[in-house]
Amino acid sequence: MNDTATAMHPTGNGLVGLIPVGIALLLFGWFLSLAPAVADGQSLRLVWDWVPSLGIAMSFLVDGLSLTFALLISGIGALVLLYSNTYLAGHPQFARFALFLTSFMLAMLGLVLADNLIGLFVFWELTTITSYLLIGFGHDTTKGRRSALQALFVTGAGALALLAGFILLGFSMGSFELSEILAQADVLKAHEMYLPILILILAGTFTKSAQFPFHFWLPNAMAAPTPVSAFLHSATMVKAGVYLMARMHPGMSGTDVWFWTLTIAGAFTAVFASILALRQTDLKQALAYTTLMALGTLTLFLGQTSGYAMTAFATFLVVHSLYKAALFLVVGCIDHSTGTREADVLGGLGRAMPVTAFAAGLAALSMAGFPPFLGFIGKELKYAGILAIGSEPFLFAAALLTANALMFAVAGIVALRPFWQRTGVALPRKPHEAPWPMLAGPVILAVLGALFGVYPDLLQVALVDPTVKSLLGSIEDAKELKLWAGVNMPLFMSIVTVALGAVLYLGHKRLRPALGRLVDAAPQFDNGWDKFLLALKSFAAWQTQIIQPGILRRYIFATFATVLVALGGTMIARQAMPTWPDLTDVTFQNIALVVLISAGAILTALTSSRIAAMAALGVVGIGVAMIFIVFSAPDVAITQLLVETLIVVLVAVALLRLPVLDENGRDHRPLDAILAGAIGLSVTLVLLAVLETPLDLRLTEYFEVTSWPEAFGRNIVNVILVDFRALDTFGEIAVVVIAALSAYALLRTTHPRKDP
Amino acid sequence: MNSIILRVGTRYLCGLLVLFSLYMLIRGHNEPGGGFIGGLIGSTGFVLFALACGTADARNALKIMPQNIAMGGLGIALLAGIFAAFFGDALFTGQWLFINETPDDKGIPISTVLFFDIGVYLVVFGSILSIVFAMEEEI
Repeated sequence: MNDTATAMHPTGNGLVGLIPVGIALLLFGWFLSLAPAVADGQSLRLVWDWVPSLGIAMSFLVDGLSLTFALLISGIGALVLLYSNTYLAGHPQFARFALFLTSFMLAMLGLVLADNLIGLFVFWELTTITSYLLIGFGHDTTKGRRSALQALFVTGAGALALLAGFILLGFSMGSFELSEILAQADVLKAHEMYLPILILILAGTFTKSAQFPFHFWLPNAMAAPTPVSAFLHSATMVKAGVYLMARMHPGMSGTDVWFWTLTIAGAFTAVFASILALRQTDLKQALAYTTLMALGTLTLFLGQTSGYAMTAFATFLVVHSLYKAALFLVVGCIDHSTGTREADVLGGLGRAMPVTAFAAGLAALSMAGFPPFLGFIGKELKYAGILAIGSEPFLFAAALLTANALMFAVAGIVALRPFWQRTGVALPRKPHEAPWPMLAGPVILAVLGALFGVYPDLLQVALVDPTVKSLLGSIEDAKELKLWAGVNMPLFMSIVTVALGAVLYLGHKRLRPALGRLVDAAPQFDNGWDKFLLALKSFAAWQTQIIQPGILRRYIFATFATVLVALGGTMIARQAMPTWPDLTDVTFQNIALVVLISAGAILTALTSSRIAAMAALGVVGIGVAMIFIVFSAPDVAITQLLVETLIVVLVAVALLRLPVLDENGRDHRPLDAILAGAIGLSVTLVLLAVLETPLDLRLTEYFEVTSWPEAFGRNIVNVILVDFRALDTFGEIAVVVIAALSAYALLRTTHPRKDP
Repeated sequence: MNSIILRVGTRYLCGLLVLFSLYMLIRGHNEPGGGFIGGLIGSTGFVLFALACGTADARNALKIMPQNIAMGGLGIALLAGIFAAFFGDALFTGQWLFINETPDDKGIPISTVLFFDIGVYLVVFGSILSIVFAMEEEI
């Protein structure tokens, strides 16, 4: 980071930096003002019509669950925006950064408040896109670009599945309003589409919340500036998946498949991620893996339905957001001050950065789960919740205990060692205390973690109880948050956790090589991603070679062969063969036209001169135009004639450049003739079959009657084109312009531009 | 193509074709014709010009790049469609104004539908010419 820039801009970036903070604070204040009503058990619903014809509305619901998220997003958002104003002070692209981050915050708020499936999906995608832009903020590095694309692809693919799931859900339940769908939980759970809907929605939430095996993008997303990591990749965006699972919990939980999928995926992700976290030496990477652990734990609890599990979910959600955002911001301060984030280099910062050390200490104690911090209460509740699981509680409890012990060790590595242990290694820069806007965030968040620990009632009434009500429907099942719950199993497990965690912390340097070997032996998802992309590209190249070899005649042959198979296949499958038509009305005039067109076609196929072939094709076209005249469609006839004329000119211009016809021999002609004959025959059969069905004249009659009185025109064709179907025409002329521009670009790029 | 007869003939033909194309455009609402046909006829005039005198002369005579004509036409068509929104109607609903209207006679009609058709005319005209000119210049 640029220290001189900070010195020159003591207030950061002026108004550009402060306006977003103001927006976030206003929103936070508004949400806070709603809290008493929500704590009373009310919920607020706002609706605007959006696409009423499709049943899509912009509806928002403020209940316990969405308010908890909204407060976390806007509150942490305000602190992070204030922080980045100084962290990126003087950065030439700060305005862009502030725009991205503010847009993200608003999209995220929309996501958690939306009560309509389509609205929720739109906000979901907006967070994906803004996240892509923020991860790729350092787009001048290959790593930044790769990480941004990876996050975009993984979460974007999940979002497509989610959209499919939402559409299926909306049509199965007959409504796109979440509150209406969730009110009929029994219908949904018994619905034959329940399983497909569940799989599709979980595909979306697991990718977004980085559950195993989609976890690999999150540590890479740490390429983003630290405030982004603190905000998106710990406190908010990655929790969008968790939020959606919580939102769907009342409607979809309680089935075997829900329980096992979420419980196993969550538990596995938690243990797997915390083992990887211990291995990291980069502080930010270590925190990234503990975020994965937290997401896994939250998913694990959403798999359950007991009151303990839901209370644990609601509490841990808040606990984690507070301490994790604080620690990320602390790491940003350390990086900003010393120029490094390497755990092995950092040490002895406590004297130079006392306030940072204070905030880090509080946050880490909460993360490690020491009393009297909120983290302790969260941990007790987690153990109580896990023991309430119906099947295999001890297996999952052991997994959670392992993960928590590893978290304990990581908390020490991130927040204890850099400040209080001497390493004797020289730092890149002399450390100094961070400026106050960068300290405000970590200090406030860390102090809140302690405050809520001492006064858990505050959190219980304001956020935890209403959230549990959103999840379970009633407030009675919410368990009490308290520091001292007596001597019981969770307390015993806590003591074991602390003991195990302390051992891991003291021995983590010796453990690292062994962990490294273990991890290297396991499949590498990040490399697998690269291999997957490479395979995709080579598959695309291979099939392009097959389908598009560069010889125009083969393209046309393949296209028409496909048409023939489709037409003929349909005719035979549907048994739609027409009967022999009645030919008594055929006049001499009609026969003459048929003869003219056939003669033109035969001549085109047989001649060896390009000019002759072209002229013969012109005869075919003019014959068709004459058919239109005979059957009194003058507009179509005129157009056909003009198009024929222009085609002859265009082809003539192009012909001058082409080599002699048949320079490759005429071997392909018999096959081409057979194909052309077969196409002609099947089109004839299709047209005859169509004529056998009675013609529906309702539209024709409608246009005949209304053309003059409603559109003041007597030429029905034109009135349809410019009035009744004007939107279609507009689409068509847009296509014409695009085609002309593409043709122009193609012609111009194949050769260097000549001077006109 | 260097032919004195074609060149002299083109001077008159091109003008006549463009004039005729405008006639076809205007009458289109009641008689065979319209923007699409008009645009095709108008472009044949300039295609002939380009064949007889070369694309450089044709471009000079046209003054505006054909791609710009096409895009301008698309813009006019879009504006004619959006105009309906000012009157609270659905997009592309025709808006009519009759000058000197009497109970027996509608007078001279002016409508967004006509402007839409002019847009179609310009799109077809500009698109064909940009392709033909570019192809001719390739040779």
